[in-house]
Amino acid sequence: MKLRTLGIALASTALMTTAAMAEDVTLTIESWRTDDLTLWQDKIIPAFEKDNPGIKVVFSPTAPTEYNAALNSKLEAGSAGDLITCRPFDASLALYEAGHLAALDDMDAMSNFSDVAKSAWQTDDASASFCVPMASVIHGFIYNKDAFDELGLEVPTTEAEFFAVLDKIKDDGSYIPMAMGTNDQWEAATMGYNNIGPNYWKGEEGRLALIKGEQKLTDEQWVAPYATLAKWQPYLGFGYEAQTYPDSQNLFTLGRAAIYPAGSWEIAGFNTQADFEMGAFKAPVKADGDTCYISDHTDIGIGLNAASPNADAAKTFLAWVASPEFASIFGNALPGFFPLSKTPVELEDPLAKEFASWRGECESTIRSTYQILSRGTPNLENETWGASVAAIKGTETPEALGAKLQEGLSSWYAPHQ
Amino acid sequence: MNRPRIRWHIAVFLAPAVLVYTTIMILPLFNTLRLALYSRIDQERIFVGLQNFMTLFGDPVWADQFWNALGNNVWFFVIHMLVQNPIGIALAAMLSHHKLRFAALYRSAIFIPTILSFVIVGFAWKLILSPIWGIAPTMLGSVGLGFLYQPWLGKEEYALTTLSLISVWQFVGIPMMLIYAALLTIPEEILEAGEIDGITGMTAFWKIKLPLILPSIGIISILTFVGNFNAFDLIYASQGALAGPDFSTDILGTFFYRTFFGFQLQLGDPHMGAAVASAMFAIILVGVCVYLFGIQTRLRRYQL
Repeated sequence: MKLRTLGIALASTALMTTAAMAEDVTLTIESWRTDDLTLWQDKIIPAFEKDNPGIKVVFSPTAPTEYNAALNSKLEAGSAGDLITCRPFDASLALYEAGHLAALDDMDAMSNFSDVAKSAWQTDDASASFCVPMASVIHGFIYNKDAFDELGLEVPTTEAEFFAVLDKIKDDGSYIPMAMGTNDQWEAATMGYNNIGPNYWKGEEGRLALIKGEQKLTDEQWVAPYATLAKWQPYLGFGYEAQTYPDSQNLFTLGRAAIYPAGSWEIAGFNTQADFEMGAFKAPVKADGDTCYISDHTDIGIGLNAASPNADAAKTFLAWVASPEFASIFGNALPGFFPLSKTPVELEDPLAKEFASWRGECESTIRSTYQILSRGTPNLENETWGASVAAIKGTETPEALGAKLQEGLSSWYAPHQ
Repeated sequence: MNRPRIRWHIAVFLAPAVLVYTTIMILPLFNTLRLALYSRIDQERIFVGLQNFMTLFGDPVWADQFWNALGNNVWFFVIHMLVQNPIGIALAAMLSHHKLRFAALYRSAIFIPTILSFVIVGFAWKLILSPIWGIAPTMLGSVGLGFLYQPWLGKEEYALTTLSLISVWQFVGIPMMLIYAALLTIPEEILEAGEIDGITGMTAFWKIKLPLILPSIGIISILTFVGNFNAFDLIYASQGALAGPDFSTDILGTFFYRTFFGFQLQLGDPHMGAAVASAMFAIILVGVCVYLFGIQTRLRRYQL
């Protein structure tokens, strides 16, 4: 009798302890999105915690430039958070291969995403997925609508129209035709080469052929974008060689430049900075009626730290991230970061809507250098930065640049040898 | 016979410094050198001997980057030696002139940039030289020299020299202070004796003061050498880890950073990074040895 009471007492204490522990589950998210801290704290986390009592979530971001290094050391030391925000492709793949990220294929929620969306966080043979896709960014051009109205300009759809518009702005002289500099180098590659390029190499078709070794960087479709970039030079502002990325942003939002080669991540910032109306157009096609291709680049995912003691709670959170509810909160709170789930999300921001609408008209692709091709030395992505800058400055011919990149790639990449 | 006493107090007094220095300086140094002899293959750390160094010097991709960085670093050092140190000495000579008024003010003003953070210096100069918001184009324009303006930091041919001069601006206070201190130790009697023999003004500087401060100039040269070959911060703060345009400002420090920590899509490689660090260590060691055995032992010292 006494023993039984004791047993019950013990059992109930044990139950109570587990109950108390369950209440205590706190998930920590590692991220580089310091800009989004308030968004997570005020919108995303409360929405999750409301539906999932017993799980607390803490968003703990590190500065973007330090994120990879800091995360690696934390994972090695075993002090990293339960949930890891994933960079696309190799940085996360390396974490998975080192056993730091758990495979997520057994999660039902993964079926909410298309194969392209998942491709950034899979093994090369697509046999295992290790991050839930969160958002992509789309490339295009943002323009100053007031300036276009003032000069009587139409939004260009073909390359000829694009350069005609630039010529008109240049002749008028009251605006810098295009706000971009080459000082920080990456804009020339990301907002230049990979923005206009997919129309030349036909998006996924060319990108995958390049990975398989069927196309070469010396082929016409990979060299021609450099020739087009070279034609941009006269339309960039005075001293563009020393113009930095923030300089370009400021030139555009201050209304001093008419066109800004952009990624959709600029939208939120531009909306608060610029006091004129903005519009967006996609990379111009060669001839009227050509199929258009856009760079719809998978950028952010979120995965599970394999060493997390709270794996079950973390999986609950990941399943929620894959849900339409999260997509709707995230897509609207961060205009310009487009949710990747199959269920379409109703966006409110007009500029973001414009960008997202291209998904229906054009074929989507991701940046050509990101998957597999930037794994060796020399690093193709970094080389493309330099090549795009050289094309704009005119220090080397497009053909020479293609040859140099191809030489670097075939020095380590078997399908190109 | 008296056994020589073991003087324990020496060991006891040395112990703290030796222990601290060993754990935080000597061990990491040798561990870095050791790290350079390994490589990570399929998640396993494997001893590969000198293979990392063979890659660094043998593989054209790595070797090009290394020699480019070393060449840039030498130019960075040459500018400091040709501009920073002569200006530092000249400033010290002027400051030590007894007829100069407000010497303390000038001294502080010239020294202040030295205590500023690299990030602030890099940012401020980037703004000054910016073609869009900078005062450099306007200032040159207002004296009719607008055509001289170039976006210096964005041009391959000027960027490294511009950054070297920015660094000179920041650090000219160090040689100035050291030489100033050395000049103050020269006794008045020697100068007066020279005056009696008819040596005054500039001649006094060249014939009396300069020989007496040569050891200080040697120290400054070696400090400049070590500082320049370890430099990283200013380039990183103003041009980023890719040291643009087109690697024209890439020095050993930024090359090491990219290799060790990775950059954008390039993953970090601690073993190749350690190999680069070892090469930097060797270069600095050789430079310091050349100075110590080749120059310092031959410097004539005068008893004051």
